[in-house]
Amino acid sequence: MAKYIIKRILAAIPMVLIITVICFALMNLAPYDAIDAMTTPNMSPETVALIKAKYGYDQPVYIQYIRWLDGLINGNFGYSIVTHQSISADLAIRIPNTIKLILPAYLLAYVFAIILGLVAGSHKNKWADKLIDGLCSIGIALPTFWVSMLLMYFLGYKLNILPIVGMHTIGQENSLIDYFRHFLMPFIALFLSFLPDATRYVRSSTITQYSEDYVMVQQAFGASKAEIMFKHVCKNVLLPIITKLGMALPMLVTGAIITETIFGWPGVGPYFVKAIQGMDYPIVMVILVLSSTLVILGNLLSDILYCLTDPRIKDLG
Amino acid sequence: MIVMAKNKNDQKRRIENVLSALKHDKLAIASLVFLVIIIALALLAPILPLDPNTTDVRNMFQPPSPEHWFGTDDIGRDYLSRVIYGGRVSLLVGFLAMITCVCVGVLVGTVSGYCGGWIDSILMRIVDIMSSIPWMVLVTVISLFLKRGLKSIIIVIGFFTWMEIARLVRAETLSLKEREYVMYAKFVGIPGYVIILKHIIPSVLPTIIIAASTGIANAIMTESSLSFLGLGIQQPMSSWGSLLQNAQSYMQNAIYMAILPGLLIVLTIFAFNKLGNLLRIFVEPRVMSGEKD
Repeated sequence: MAKYIIKRILAAIPMVLIITVICFALMNLAPYDAIDAMTTPNMSPETVALIKAKYGYDQPVYIQYIRWLDGLINGNFGYSIVTHQSISADLAIRIPNTIKLILPAYLLAYVFAIILGLVAGSHKNKWADKLIDGLCSIGIALPTFWVSMLLMYFLGYKLNILPIVGMHTIGQENSLIDYFRHFLMPFIALFLSFLPDATRYVRSSTITQYSEDYVMVQQAFGASKAEIMFKHVCKNVLLPIITKLGMALPMLVTGAIITETIFGWPGVGPYFVKAIQGMDYPIVMVILVLSSTLVILGNLLSDILYCLTDPRIKDLG
Repeated sequence: MIVMAKNKNDQKRRIENVLSALKHDKLAIASLVFLVIIIALALLAPILPLDPNTTDVRNMFQPPSPEHWFGTDDIGRDYLSRVIYGGRVSLLVGFLAMITCVCVGVLVGTVSGYCGGWIDSILMRIVDIMSSIPWMVLVTVISLFLKRGLKSIIIVIGFFTWMEIARLVRAETLSLKEREYVMYAKFVGIPGYVIILKHIIPSVLPTIIIAASTGIANAIMTESSLSFLGLGIQQPMSSWGSLLQNAQSYMQNAIYMAILPGLLIVLTIFAFNKLGNLLRIFVEPRVMSGEKD
């Protein structure tokens, strides 16, 4: 099994490298580059050359790439071409904010999904199942940004019980209640966007488990419904879900771009959207590399977890 | 011949299955009717008495009334007309992006599965790499490189969301490749592209159709999200997403402007997904009628 894990890790490394190459190539192909942002047409060619030399843009492309990659590995992500601030410093503030919002929403959505999915799956085609499944189909069709808008309107404007944007009221940065009031609306919007898919997943794996022979054997031996559910089906449904959590890794950075932007939550979302709108390539590329690396790591993690939890996979190695 | 006849019969039975499932599913009928109406409105919009562009500043922010069924917007334009014209754009993007994405996906999937070897490895590595970038990030980054507008949003969605379809089609091609009729065709020297066109694509067609119906739903969702963020359809053209973006600024005094396009997005996506699910009965008859889901 160790062999399998090592093989998977070795396969992941070139993928990450290729992604960095693609990102760098995109940055170079872009119609507008860092030099354009730092210079003005009035500057003399000497000044422009000086600025180029200062930031290393006079070097051949492959040397620029190696320097950029070296920076990425050492945690120096370069500088924004619009605000000239260090990207790593910005992200160090923004990523924790995003995690604070996404992690609770994701975990709670999964808890609910497991409960609802098990209920629906074990009552296939009964009213409870039809209700839950129907609500899921509607939930999947709901655009997150629209849900957020409606929440803002009803809870923010109409009832006026929750603040509409931001993370803190100015002057109340340390108040936990104030934070929680800001947190609630984006949290609900995210929770609702994660829930339907997850419920569907749990429901369908529950249904698959109920059609397995071992359930029939248990029924034949007269096991009670609760016993079958909690002793056998639950275990088999929950294991793959634990492994699925690995895939949630990239969400911690880019899982709430839309929701964060709407609610002005100071996370990665608005930072990214602003960078896109302002053509701030270095930021865009860092987020691109970071999120794809997390996807690859997440898949790796979930494969390894799967391998650890399901003994049948071990001999694949 | 016998095999052919059996196949025909089987096909007929499957279509009957789908139709009877449709008859018993009121929601599916409602979805179908809804889509027909929406598509007809979108197609017929230019000949209907609708005017989405005349501004009337004396009648700004009129709530829905007999004269303006959906009210008027921030510069007094009839909102019903705007929403119908917005639907034209949203549906157009949905269809064209879906067609692009299905074509690329089917091409890559069949070639990769049929040829195997190094072509397969290279194409599948490309699929792996493209799918390891979160779609929201990928699509927004690509939209940086194109001039914003209708064409680029179709390209962005069409060319960067085909990976799932390619994987599905490749898996089916791999098993079809081992069938006798394909092996025979290969043996008598029929060129590869003819085999793909004549034998493989017709067999994966049902899968493609299902992928297409969810593909439209996804494309409409992506387009509206991008337009909402201001990265999609640009003024003066509008889609449901950009209408919502506009409505966001006037939410306090004109909430109907935010509700109607949103509701249409939800219903359209729901209907396409619903019909896609129903078609699954055609492809996986046993799975759908049996115990497994």
